[in-house]
Amino acid sequence: MLRIIATRAVLGVLTLLAVSVLIFAATEILPGDVASAVLGQGATPDALKVFRHELGLDRPAYVRYFEWLSGAVRGDFGVALTNGRIIIDEVRPRFINTLFLAGYAAIIAVPLSVGLGIVAAINEGKFVDKLANILTLMTISVPEFFIAYLLILFFAVDNEWFPSLSTVFPEMGLGERFYVTTLPALALTMLVAAHMLRMTRTSVLSVMSQPYIEMAFLKGLSRSRVILKHALPNAAAPIISVVALNLAYLIVGVVVIEVVFVYPGIGQLMVDAVSKRDLPVVQACGLIFAGAFVGLNTLADILAILVNPRLRKPR
Amino acid sequence: MRIFGHKPSFSAWVGLAIITVYLLVALLAPWLAPYSQSESVGGTWDPPSGDLLLGADNIGRDILSRLIYGAQMTIGVALLTTILSFLMGTTLGFLAAVGGPKIDMVLSRFVDVILSIPLLISALIILSVFGSSIPVLILTIAILDSTRVFRLARAVAMNLAVLEYVEVAKLRGEGLFWVMRSEILPNAAPPLIAEFGLRFCFNFLFVAGLSFLGLGIQPPYADWGGMVRDNAQAINFGMFAPLWPAIAIAVMTIGVNLVVDWILSINSRPSGASAEM
Repeated sequence: MLRIIATRAVLGVLTLLAVSVLIFAATEILPGDVASAVLGQGATPDALKVFRHELGLDRPAYVRYFEWLSGAVRGDFGVALTNGRIIIDEVRPRFINTLFLAGYAAIIAVPLSVGLGIVAAINEGKFVDKLANILTLMTISVPEFFIAYLLILFFAVDNEWFPSLSTVFPEMGLGERFYVTTLPALALTMLVAAHMLRMTRTSVLSVMSQPYIEMAFLKGLSRSRVILKHALPNAAAPIISVVALNLAYLIVGVVVIEVVFVYPGIGQLMVDAVSKRDLPVVQACGLIFAGAFVGLNTLADILAILVNPRLRKPR
Repeated sequence: MRIFGHKPSFSAWVGLAIITVYLLVALLAPWLAPYSQSESVGGTWDPPSGDLLLGADNIGRDILSRLIYGAQMTIGVALLTTILSFLMGTTLGFLAAVGGPKIDMVLSRFVDVILSIPLLISALIILSVFGSSIPVLILTIAILDSTRVFRLARAVAMNLAVLEYVEVAKLRGEGLFWVMRSEILPNAAPPLIAEFGLRFCFNFLFVAGLSFLGLGIQPPYADWGGMVRDNAQAINFGMFAPLWPAIAIAVMTIGVNLVVDWILSINSRPSGASAEM
């Protein structure tokens, strides 16, 4: 079993390496290069040459890739092109902010959606199930910012319960921090909870079609008892990977939600860097997001192996 | 009335009606819109009135007119993206299934790597390199989205590629592309049609999301994601200005989803049993 888990972990690291090559290569296909993009059309060839040398662009791509990667592993992403700040100093506090927001959303979303998903599965075809189906389908169909602005309208403007802008600063107390980030956390919760609820319901129901469940029913057990005692332990594996997968989905949601609530997280940093075309910052943020995404997906697979004995044997 | 020999369910009719209205609005925009999309006809965030049915936006343009013109841009870009994505995705997916293990291996691993980054993050990286213009936007999303289409097309074609008639066509000496077009495509079409609807929804939301971030369709063109961004501040005064375009986006995706649900429900049952729908 340890071998399978190790294989999966190594696969995760390899994927991350391939991703880093892709992220680096993406910035290399630029017609011209970073130097000419920064200095613009009017730059003299001499100025370009000096600037290229300053940025180290006059060396071959693979050398720069390994330098960039080894720097990135140690947390050194270089300096931003637009304002010359050291990237890691800017990224670190924002990364913690993003983790805080995502964690807050996850704490609400996971128990809520898994619980409701099981309730929906128990009441399959009844009113509760249909209501959950319609509500989640609607949440999935609408854009992220729509949910966010609806929340702002009701909770920050019509009733002034929460602030509409989630400004946080380092000196802020924990309680106040939670209070200020409630609305973005709620918006994120609604985004992932819908997916998680539907997937939990499906995985419980797919276990429900097994013969041993029919047997339990024939013994005369009640529906809720069959689900809680017989179906859930076997549905646990898919539910755990559903949770990890959706936490990975949080990453995408966080970018838009941070922009709506002007929250100083890494998603907003990335969007700003993209609109200013500050490539080193974009690379750094992209690598961090990709790392979190690959990491969570790998974790989902490993947890699924740990929970489900049948996956432990190599196929 | 029947469509493709099947009677649409009630919700499918609702979905079809929504799509038809949207397409008509997009096509007839210059005749329907009361004002032009860039003309300033009122004050900042004027409330709705007889003249401006939904009020004015952040620089006094008529929101209703911009919604109507925005339909052209938003739907047009998403539709073009989806068509391109399907052309690439199905061609490569079929090629991976029919063209032998080596081609399959290379294409599949490449797609695996692309899909191991969230699409939004990949799109942001590419847009930061090339800058955002409409052709770049369409190509970027089409290429990224085609990886999902590739997976489905390959899976469907894999099941077909081992069937006798494909074998016969190959033995007859038909070329690879003839087999893909004449033997695989007609039989793989039904699941791909439903997927087209889903991918359209995804791309539609994706374009709107990028425009909302200020990285998608650029001014002066009206588009719904950008309109939400322009008018975002109005929400703090309790005004609906940013919600109208967001509602327009939501209704469109729900409409397409309703039709897709219906198409999926046809496919999942034997053709003779469709009478009960």
